Amino acid sequence: MNVYLDNNATTIVDPQVFAEMEPYFVQKYGNPNSLHSFASDTHPGIKAAMQKIYAGINASTKDSVVITSCATESNNWVLKSVYFEQIITGKKNHIIISEVEHPSVIATAKWIESMGCRVTYLPINKEGIVEAQTVKDNITDKTALVSVMWANNETGAIFPVEEIGDICKEAGVLFHTDAVQAIGKTPVNVQGFNVDYLTFSAHKFHGPKGVGALFMKKGKELMPLLHGGSQMGGYRSGTLNVAGIVGMGKAIEAAVDALDFEMTEIREMRDDFEDELLKIEDTFVVTPRNKRTPNTILISFRGIEGESMLWDLNRAGIGASTGSACASEDLEANSVMEAIGAAEDLAHTAIRFSLSRYTTEEELEYTLKVVKAAVIRLRGISSSYAYAPEGHESGLDSHHH
Amino acid sequence: MGMDSLIGGTIWDEYSDKVTDLMNNPQNMGEITEEQAKEMGARLIVADFGAESCGDAVRLYWAVEPETDKILLSKFKSFGCGTAIASSDTMAELCKGKTVDEAVKITNIDVEMAMRDNPDTPAVPPQKMHCSVMAYDVIKKAAAQYKGVDMESFEEEIIVCECARVSLSTLQEVIRLNDLTTVEQITDYTKAGAFCKSCIRPGGHEEKDIYLVDLLEEYEKEKMASAATLGNESASDAEFGKMTIVQKIKAVDKIVDENIRQMLIMDGGDMEILDIKENGANFDIYIRYLGACNGCASSSTGTLFAIENILKEKLDENIRVLPI
Repeated sequence: MNVYLDNNATTIVDPQVFAEMEPYFVQKYGNPNSLHSFASDTHPGIKAAMQKIYAGINASTKDSVVITSCATESNNWVLKSVYFEQIITGKKNHIIISEVEHPSVIATAKWIESMGCRVTYLPINKEGIVEAQTVKDNITDKTALVSVMWANNETGAIFPVEEIGDICKEAGVLFHTDAVQAIGKTPVNVQGFNVDYLTFSAHKFHGPKGVGALFMKKGKELMPLLHGGSQMGGYRSGTLNVAGIVGMGKAIEAAVDALDFEMTEIREMRDDFEDELLKIEDTFVVTPRNKRTPNTILISFRGIEGESMLWDLNRAGIGASTGSACASEDLEANSVMEAIGAAEDLAHTAIRFSLSRYTTEEELEYTLKVVKAAVIRLRGISSSYAYAPEGHESGLDSHHH
Repeated sequence: MGMDSLIGGTIWDEYSDKVTDLMNNPQNMGEITEEQAKEMGARLIVADFGAESCGDAVRLYWAVEPETDKILLSKFKSFGCGTAIASSDTMAELCKGKTVDEAVKITNIDVEMAMRDNPDTPAVPPQKMHCSVMAYDVIKKAAAQYKGVDMESFEEEIIVCECARVSLSTLQEVIRLNDLTTVEQITDYTKAGAFCKSCIRPGGHEEKDIYLVDLLEEYEKEKMASAATLGNESASDAEFGKMTIVQKIKAVDKIVDENIRQMLIMDGGDMEILDIKENGANFDIYIRYLGACNGCASSSTGTLFAIENILKEKLDENIRVLPI
């Protein structure tokens, strides 16, 4: 059996999304900016998709939701344009991000820092959450931008973006949130709270890869990052990714439609699965469930290095993930685990399971079986776990949170 | 750069079949108990290396026959990824039947070679080479325990890049000989820094005493210092006889650095200048050989003549070199 539990990395494309995209490759392939019917054949599809995208985050038609190539581009755009407009000009000298942002925010912030801007990296608390108060404590009159993600990719922890938005509004500081992990997992309404910029990406909610977006509130439009043929109202040049836009439109519509299902059924499945995992002794989960996206579990198995667990899962056809040492190219420990200050010996033991609306009970039952077998095998090999594999039921009595 | 580095890939795809098989079914995994060792008439050695907090840890068990120093049985346990487990397993396998002295000679490169499916294809991708290093380190630790000595006593030289086993002296020599200025060049010449990259600069997977960037900086400073010396001395370069003693020593030093030291270092030796004395028409330069030069037959014949000739040619006809 093949089981995909790495939906925070990317998702399967919804077959309905794929079906809507298909005509835009061989039939309606015109460049939307040209003056002929090949071009205008694409216009209704693009327009309908844009309406769905606006509706998906409840943006006002006066706001700009600019289609980009990915969330990385959107995040780069916000930080770099703020740098060019406010830092390099000497108006401001400071930006604030959290220490657990996606690399597209952290690496960009570090680049800006190398150019002479002051950057504050907000800590997370023991639950893996950035506290709004830390934003307040760090804002100065020279702060240009606060960028804090809506939900964390590793733990699923949901950050208090509404409170942070209020703080930024009061201080007159721009607020950006990377909502890549939020769309389709928690209600996103850009008119419901103060937010100036919001990033999202289609492939995280069963849309295609290579298409992202940046919401910019009316009056807060940024200078373009990509100059060229003035597509997207001049904000983002480059021939429109017609199929991608159409796919994103359908995908966000479906994701919003499925939101209730995600927040009830998927959550319940996740919770049950997590309960079972936690029955394995010496397992740990960081962020409390009610403060997480409904699909995510980051769990540590004491004594088992993350990549070796992934190895055994993969042998059984299960795809999960780890940010820990050996699995990633840069050989770092899981950044969130480190930031939380988890016991050092646990930093390399975290495994992330992320579900989607395509996940089934049967898949989770199978995964649980595989995990239990892997725990016994790998703790048997482990030099740092005293374990008696023979006939030992994997601790059905004790569990830890 | 180039295509391969643009798209990357799954590191697992680069594992040899042997690595995969050993990860799935390690052959020497487990413990040796005190009782088991006793039954074999052997001494039990248990050595730990690494730490969970670093992401890798390994424990090596040996049953060693005291009369022969022979490792009768060798087992391991490991907290680590697939390659760490496969490397530990291979290491334990390689130890079996060897004496402790023989086992100490097993390097991480032997471990990696043993895991190859064919001799020309690496068993693991570059960033996984450090896993085999740990296997090597734990052998030294076990041997040290068995012999009751320090682990460091098995290390003859300072190793800067453990994955490729490149020593400090080799790196310094290669940097100087080839006038290297970038880490990429060092990697091209020596393979140091090509694997887990911890040795390049602080902040990598492992903390080091010395990094490649330090060596480059050291060489850069050296070059600047010698350029400065050259500037100061250039006026009096022509007339060795008229230099002060300090200038003379500096001038000789410079020639030795530029023309002589390299060839000595290549043979594992070196020299230092002790004194320069005027002896009638002659300038007697007293030197001391270091390292492998010490006691080398050629040090009083061919090598000595070569040193003397170079100094004569570059500085003054009347120079004589006298080793002490």
